[in-house]
Amino acid sequence: MFSLQGITNGIEKWLHNNMSANMALLVECAIVIFLAISLFAILGLILVLMERKVAAHMQIRLGPNRVGPFGMLQTTADTLKLLLKEGLTPDGADKFLFNLAPFVIMIVAMLILAPIAFATGFQIWDLNIGVLYVTAISSISVIAILMAGWASNNKYSMLGAMRSGAQIVSYELSAGLSIISIVVLTGSLQISEIIESQRNGWWLFKGHIPAVIAFVIFIIAVTAETNRAPFDLAEAESELTAGFHTEYSGMRFALFFLAEYINIFIVCAIGATLFLGGWMPLHIGSWQGFNHIMDFIPSSVWFFGKTFLLIFLIMWFRWTFPRLRVDQLLSLEWKYLLPISMFNLLLMTVVAIMGWHF
Amino acid sequence: MYTETEIIKDNIKAGSETDLIINIGPQHPATHGVLHLIVTLDGETIKKIEPHLGYIHRSIEKMCESLSYRQFIYVTSRMDYLSSHINNYACAMCVEKGLQVEIPRRAQFIRVLMSELTRIASHELWWGAMAMDLGAFTPFFYAFRERETINDIMEETCGARLTMNYMVPGGVMYDIHPNFQKRVKDFIQLFKSKIHEYDELVTGNIIFQNRMKGVGYISEEDAISYGCTGPVARGSGVHCDIRKLYPYELYNEVEFDEILETGGDSFARYLVRVKEMHQSIRIIEQLIDNIPEGDFQAKTKAVLKLPKGEFYTRAETARGELGVYIVSEGGATPYRIKFRSPGFSNLSALEHMAKGSKIGDLMATMGTLDLVIPDIDR
Repeated sequence: MFSLQGITNGIEKWLHNNMSANMALLVECAIVIFLAISLFAILGLILVLMERKVAAHMQIRLGPNRVGPFGMLQTTADTLKLLLKEGLTPDGADKFLFNLAPFVIMIVAMLILAPIAFATGFQIWDLNIGVLYVTAISSISVIAILMAGWASNNKYSMLGAMRSGAQIVSYELSAGLSIISIVVLTGSLQISEIIESQRNGWWLFKGHIPAVIAFVIFIIAVTAETNRAPFDLAEAESELTAGFHTEYSGMRFALFFLAEYINIFIVCAIGATLFLGGWMPLHIGSWQGFNHIMDFIPSSVWFFGKTFLLIFLIMWFRWTFPRLRVDQLLSLEWKYLLPISMFNLLLMTVVAIMGWHF
Repeated sequence: MYTETEIIKDNIKAGSETDLIINIGPQHPATHGVLHLIVTLDGETIKKIEPHLGYIHRSIEKMCESLSYRQFIYVTSRMDYLSSHINNYACAMCVEKGLQVEIPRRAQFIRVLMSELTRIASHELWWGAMAMDLGAFTPFFYAFRERETINDIMEETCGARLTMNYMVPGGVMYDIHPNFQKRVKDFIQLFKSKIHEYDELVTGNIIFQNRMKGVGYISEEDAISYGCTGPVARGSGVHCDIRKLYPYELYNEVEFDEILETGGDSFARYLVRVKEMHQSIRIIEQLIDNIPEGDFQAKTKAVLKLPKGEFYTRAETARGELGVYIVSEGGATPYRIKFRSPGFSNLSALEHMAKGSKIGDLMATMGTLDLVIPDIDR
């Protein structure tokens, strides 16, 4: 059976047989960096194309279909175009911060990738505070957005950045609380243990109503955290032209664009890990035959399938809903989502203590 | 280098030191054209809006003075390009009033049909563009699906899709295409089978309703004093449909309702336009099967000369009341022409509506005003 763990174990064995332990570690690091960067590139290509195709089919169009079969090379062509474009820096801009911001946002996106388990035993860094690490690192991305908005010396950019700051800081609370409600059930912050605890069923199904509420709040909160419609106030092109990245062009703009999609992938991967069992196959109680067939599907397929399902959900939101207003956005969080998720956390604690979950 | 007095002067101009002045337009996705709004903000709250006009001023009124009574009508297609039929219609009626020509009944039927089709097409485009102002892209494509059918009908009969130039003094330029009736009926069927999607996608959406309700409020008195007409005034409960108040040609023979909403907010204006599309369909349904045989154009002289005097007609475009005022000295060209365009007066109420609200509300308000910038600047 196809397994990513088999490949990694094979490579590790071969490296250790042929070189010293330190050298092998160095080579492994190099391989991981290479893989992470190529994953970014591939995800960028796939997600941008996916977004355009999903959008097109929701809007009774066909989407890109000229460059390559089914328009598959469209994103490559667009990237090439952006690479060849001039990256302008406005005169009044704070040049250092202006040029730094796109890299900060990319580095943050890369760092969150570390604890994500892509398949059985296929994980860069299984640290024992994995979930905490993810929430901590993802809040740094707001600094990059504020940096970009402030340094651009553009009023639209600044308004967008300020909106984004208020938005991300507030929605992190409910995202964090809904993550904690799963941590309450598993009793561990380690990603691999959270996945292991879902061997006999996903938390979305096992955790009763509190888990479902937490899942819904999580999806809403991460949509807001990644600045996607209906919460795309930081970009809000009909109000602020392009929000915080109005002044960016060329490849620096592309980095912001790419970081948005990478962030969507990451939050969806976290969502799939916490609520949908990560790489765990779908098992239904005592249906031995069904469970056995499900086990045959490689774990990486399960992981990516669940993640892309959530990504599709977030894209669906974008192409259906109008945008919220800035005060409505904040009142939704502080008046509704936060109290509900706090109460939900209490409920989840009761469920966990009483052992009412499956 | 700024001197101290200059800084003080600028601060006085800005109102206070904490104000943020932002230029919305002339190049901005939400202004749908070259409208320039200088908005004074306090954080996100709007303190002052100052529209700057004239970016697409072509002095159409002055141009018309050097064109003959047949020619000047074509220029008016470029004013409110989304209801170009109705612009032409109003101008043709004004010339006919001066010439005292009797219009053949067939021509009247065709004119009213075309006007109502134009109104639907215009409201469809507005519906899509307004949803886009609020950040929803998909409605735009839904609206264009139906609007394309109307454009095809126009293309077949008038030869153009946007600036049709079909109405001439004395009737219409040429007879309708043999397919016209069938295609209009097909369109009505398509429209009726798809219109529920509009409500499902936008009208019933909770985010949309929260964005629209209570936003951009204007009372009935204020709407009258700002000179608002069309759906903007009718959203505040002003009885102002020219087709009902001063019915021209066939409008007193067909049955339709004047849509009045009393909300006065953006949502009321939205509902007025959506319901108006249904009324236009109603008018078309009454007329499409009964187009009488006969001439499509009255016999007129090759060179039209209006008698000395002043002539004024008005028509209800998709945006409101369009007034055409011609002063004639008896020559082959008008001595003076003035258009009373609905967009200009509706825009003047924008500051009153949006003051004190957020930037997002400004877009929602501007969207429901349905501004067409060439109509404002002319």
